[in-house]
Amino acid sequence: MSSSTSSQPLVHPAAPTRLLWTVLATVAVLTLLAYLVAFDQGAVSRSGTYLHELMHDGRHLLGVPCH
Amino acid sequence: MPLTGTAPTFVTVLLRGLLAGLVAGLLAGTFAYVVGEPHVEAAIAIEEAAAHTEPATGGHQHDEDALVSRNGQRGGLFLATALFGAAMGGLLATAWVLLNRRRRTVDDGRSGLLLAGGALLGAVIVPFLKYPPNPPAVGDPATINQRTVTYLLLVVLGLVAVWSGSLGYRSVGAQAPVWLRAAAAVGGFLLVTGVAYVVLPSFQEVPGDFPATLLWSFRLASLGTQVVLWTGIGLLFAALMHRQRAATDARLAG
Repeated sequence: MSSSTSSQPLVHPAAPTRLLWTVLATVAVLTLLAYLVAFDQGAVSRSGTYLHELMHDGRHLLGVPCH
Repeated sequence: MPLTGTAPTFVTVLLRGLLAGLVAGLLAGTFAYVVGEPHVEAAIAIEEAAAHTEPATGGHQHDEDALVSRNGQRGGLFLATALFGAAMGGLLATAWVLLNRRRRTVDDGRSGLLLAGGALLGAVIVPFLKYPPNPPAVGDPATINQRTVTYLLLVVLGLVAVWSGSLGYRSVGAQAPVWLRAAAAVGGFLLVTGVAYVVLPSFQEVPGDFPATLLWSFRLASLGTQVVLWTGIGLLFAALMHRQRAATDARLAG
């Protein structure tokens, strides 16, 4: 890779296994968060349809199929 | 030069992505509130007028005794876009970290902007053109599961199409003229997008008497919300990474 004034590795190369698990856990949590906003109807959040109804307008205007 | 300890850790990058996404989500929510809400209100009025002439067939309740009032739903708009924005910003930061060992650009901000642009094209514009979002009163509740699955599939395929475009760009040697590399990128992108559009089913569920101008305005507002979100994520993430890198360089130099 061509170098510039700052050509050090951008992320610690150490402990790649730990990084892998951190990345996987992060992706899982963030995907769950996006799911709760965009698709959940109470099945995961156990809130009945309260969260679903609360974020109704957001779902429409974010372009997710709603009803 | 002691380099260990100066590179941003995954958590450092992730926090910047989450912050960029949260702020961009609030901006997108503001845009949606100002530009989109009037169309949602108009569509709900049509939905309720229809519900009064024929018995309810399921779907949402928008009347005063609903679980969440209309004011609650208008406020919930900001909650939805902020949470969704934070999730997208975090995923962008994660992709940035995973791709950054093999990325071609040296500049932190440029790669962040390219990723946000790719996400806007693949995860928003590609699905938008085949499955444009529907306001309340449009859409058959009987097909919601099928529409949700195909929509998600098209989000994934749109991102694959962007990836295919970048493969096309790189498959043509760096010595080739830029128009040829760009043409290969467009070809790679259109190939996957075209196959996805042909293979996935279409849904025509807009009622014949639904106002065309309202549908158009709502869909533009919805697209605008996503454009604000991803533009904001890209710009804010690039700015935060630039500040982070500048601070690191200053520490090294000092």
